[in-house]
Amino acid sequence: MTTHTGRRTTGAILLDFLGSMNLAITLLSAVAIASVIGTILQQNEPYQNYILKFGPFWFEIYKSLGLFSVYSAGWFMVVMTFLVISTSVCVYRNGPKMLRDMRAYRENATESSLRTFRHKAEWSFTQAPAALREAIVGHLQSHGYRARIKEQTDHTVVATMKGAANRLGYLATHIGVVVVCVGALLDGNLPLKIAEQAGKVRIETREMPANEVPLASRLPADNASYRGLVSIPEGAKVNYIGLKLRDGYLLQELPFELQVKDFRVVHYPDGQPKSFESDLVIYDPSEPAPLEQTISVNHPWIYKGITIYLVSFSDGGSQLTLKAWPLTANDAVQELQGEVGKSLKLQSEHGSQTLELGDFRLYNVQPAKPGSGKEFQDIGPKFIFKLRDEKGTALEYENYMLPLEYEGRQYLVSGVRDNPNDKFTYLRFPIDAEGGIDRFMRFYAALHDKQKAQAAVQKTVTRQLAAAPANPSMQQTLTALLDMLLTQFKAGGFDAVTEYIRQSLPQEQRAQAAQLYVELLHETLRELYAGVVASEGGSVDAADHSRFFDDAVNVLGVLSAYGAPYVLQLTDFRQVQASALQITRTPGKAVVYLGFGLLLVGVFIMFYLPQQRIWAVLRQEGDTTRVLIAGSSNRDPLGFAQRFQSVCEALEARLKAL
Amino acid sequence: MAVTRDSMKKEFGKRSLWATLSGVDWAFAALVIAGAGFVLYRYAAVMNSYEIIILSGVVPAMIALGWHWKAVRWLLLAVAGLSLSAVGLYGDSLAPAETSFLLKFLISSQSAIMWMSVLFVLATVIYFAALFLRSEYAGRVASALTWSAAAMGLTGLMVRWRESYLVHVDYGHIPISNLYEVFVLFSIITALLYLYYEGRYQTRALGGFVLLIISAAVGFVLWYIFEYGGTGIAPLVPALQSYWMKIHVPANFIGYGSFSLAAMVGVAYLLRERGERRNPNGLLATRLPTLDVLDDVMYKAITLGFGFFTLATILGALWAAEAWGGYWSWDPKETWALIVLLNYAAWLHMRFSKGWRGRPMAWWAIGGLFVTLFAFMGVNLFLSGLHSYGSL
Repeated sequence: MTTHTGRRTTGAILLDFLGSMNLAITLLSAVAIASVIGTILQQNEPYQNYILKFGPFWFEIYKSLGLFSVYSAGWFMVVMTFLVISTSVCVYRNGPKMLRDMRAYRENATESSLRTFRHKAEWSFTQAPAALREAIVGHLQSHGYRARIKEQTDHTVVATMKGAANRLGYLATHIGVVVVCVGALLDGNLPLKIAEQAGKVRIETREMPANEVPLASRLPADNASYRGLVSIPEGAKVNYIGLKLRDGYLLQELPFELQVKDFRVVHYPDGQPKSFESDLVIYDPSEPAPLEQTISVNHPWIYKGITIYLVSFSDGGSQLTLKAWPLTANDAVQELQGEVGKSLKLQSEHGSQTLELGDFRLYNVQPAKPGSGKEFQDIGPKFIFKLRDEKGTALEYENYMLPLEYEGRQYLVSGVRDNPNDKFTYLRFPIDAEGGIDRFMRFYAALHDKQKAQAAVQKTVTRQLAAAPANPSMQQTLTALLDMLLTQFKAGGFDAVTEYIRQSLPQEQRAQAAQLYVELLHETLRELYAGVVASEGGSVDAADHSRFFDDAVNVLGVLSAYGAPYVLQLTDFRQVQASALQITRTPGKAVVYLGFGLLLVGVFIMFYLPQQRIWAVLRQEGDTTRVLIAGSSNRDPLGFAQRFQSVCEALEARLKAL
Repeated sequence: MAVTRDSMKKEFGKRSLWATLSGVDWAFAALVIAGAGFVLYRYAAVMNSYEIIILSGVVPAMIALGWHWKAVRWLLLAVAGLSLSAVGLYGDSLAPAETSFLLKFLISSQSAIMWMSVLFVLATVIYFAALFLRSEYAGRVASALTWSAAAMGLTGLMVRWRESYLVHVDYGHIPISNLYEVFVLFSIITALLYLYYEGRYQTRALGGFVLLIISAAVGFVLWYIFEYGGTGIAPLVPALQSYWMKIHVPANFIGYGSFSLAAMVGVAYLLRERGERRNPNGLLATRLPTLDVLDDVMYKAITLGFGFFTLATILGALWAAEAWGGYWSWDPKETWALIVLLNYAAWLHMRFSKGWRGRPMAWWAIGGLFVTLFAFMGVNLFLSGLHSYGSL
């Protein structure tokens, strides 16, 4: 640092401040802290999520600080801008010095200053200075040093250096940083922010068809840089993409129409996805014919400076055929046709419900059973839906199309949850010999059939009291009890039965009675089940029936929590998939890559090409010549100490041998 | 005195690189070239142009490494020998893993990595023993164990690469794609970096410190294996199917390894410094390298890490531009890589411009390890994002 005398201009003070290391470190820290915030707080989520998470008070505060999209917040832009300015000022102030330093041999170094160096040696020789000088220059040159010689009246200075490029490394690194930031700025959404401030652009927050989006929320096709997403179902065409911004979006028009002809998932033998591919067609008015190309992850299509990437996929409106098994006393089996993404009305004796078909997944890969020799297996298609009642509350379900195996038996599996953050609770409907849930449904129907239930109760009572002498009051009590147990079970499953026992019996009798009650209930249900099997022309004594019965009762016992008036079974489908494409125009990319190159080359030069200097001063003193050697390096002091020593040792030997 | 310029050079001058090379060096180079030539001759048809470029780049890099660091030649030869033996024993099926004695107990990837784990832990203990008992011999044993561990680990990865093709020809990929594999990679790279500095500075006193962090990584690998059975070879998800992975991931791990090394040297620095203050004739103050050397190693490790981490982040950006549609998306992993770079950039600026040395820098290097660790693991454990391949 030079010391300033007198008054300094404001410009000089400002330049000092902007180029100061303290400011640079402060800015580096600020960027780091902002980055940490941006990773801890999930960015760019719907505002509703934040309100739920933080409450309205903190939501407003965080929102005003721009914490929901830190990296495009105004203050973050300011910090980045200052970082660029600070780095630029640093280069501006140090660059010329460094360029001079690269060419400066410092042949005016004095002996007294060189003697203060850490690395030095001093010898006396009898040889003449000229011979010594030549040997020294030759020696250092052979080590890669370039030399300058300055003859003074009574002494000679040999000034040498190597690794001058180190300074270029400094310049390349810092210019690289600036270039990267400038390039990124070209691709960033700063122009958009300015246009928004100026009122030229308005973020749209309402959901609406693309062609109805107002002009103020549309960006023209000749916009210089953008990055947005669009989801295109197979067969569909679009000429726009959506740019997500804060709590809304803007519509970016494309200079062409884009169609997805087909989307494919190629699988590994175990069912894991191997590759995703979309066949695209571009209809460009300036081209005579449509252009086709297949893109996949890691293989985008670059067309006239616009890059089209496949980022993910989703259902684009698959057609589903469903069979609805009623879980009510009086409704009939129905066949339904639906489309993923759309809703249906579902009528039952409990009223009207909305069936929202959310998603369809053809492949569902799960960890395979141990011992199967495979790590993963595909368990077949499933569909996900919500049932919403008239009050608006909804339960979410996921039903598998094919029977799944548990402990060697087949089940139709349906999962249910009332909160999207919970895991699904699965019900396993046992599959009968015909491969359907018909028998289970007949069992269910029998349970809700008054006459059949009555008959089963009667049979159970008769059997229970067969051994005892006839006792009408006992018979009546038992019948009433079984009726009650059955009613409770139908209404609320095992939970309701347990609750009934808790309320109707004193505590000391509960444990004993509970067991008896459950046995009685099971026996009655078994009677019911026997009736179902008999109506099929079979016998409950056949093997397999006891497991089926247990499985069926397990489902019936929790069915009250299932909450749906129907079990929906997927019987047929036609899959339609949508490709989610990211479409970008990034004119700054070339600039950023140039910056990357400078940065990388600069960093390695700076670290691994130290700038090293060695001086030799020769002074004739009578018959002898005194030689002072000194050296310095701006990097790697220990390494230089070793090198300097070995250079000196070899040099001394060489000079002695002259 | 009349001497020819050439003889002068020979006698006194620095000998040129070519002149310092021995027959062994040339034989090594010839072997590397021959190996790569054989691969190109046999397999060029199934390699894409990027893979051929990468292989062509590996050849000079490996030769330069072997010439610059002589000891590593023997490691590379041993790894090549062991790996090729395993590949030969396997043939075209995985079945020999159970029947071949050598595969089952030594050089199948699982066994080799187990050996690596055991050897690293053993080496850690013996390095510390050597330090406390002041035993030169124990130090040599620990070095040999560390070299062996690195050889077994590298062999394990090489063989695993082959095994992935044997599981299914479509599964084949370089084994640096999940948490288990990259932890093994981390252990090997950190060990090799340490061994380089051990040879360079002729001191084994730092071995225990550096291997402590390797042992921790090994402990994690073992826990991961037993808790999650995480050694199965799964196919690559589409996003990872790219030649970029072959260069992006190793470059990253040279960074992680260097920063870890720097932090552990920082620990040694603080101990020596404390030793010198409290008990100048004690073990710490006399057995550990001098503060100058520790400071120098720490600095060198950080510069190496910074260089490679910058390279890795840039390679990542180039890959992201191809796979995700943007060179920078502020994805948590990207962002944390930037934080790591900013942290060490600040460290380097303080050293270069303000001349900071010693204790604060050692503390800072240790703190840097935690930042690095979070970028390496914390992001995958606690944050979601595009880099969710290595999650638990």
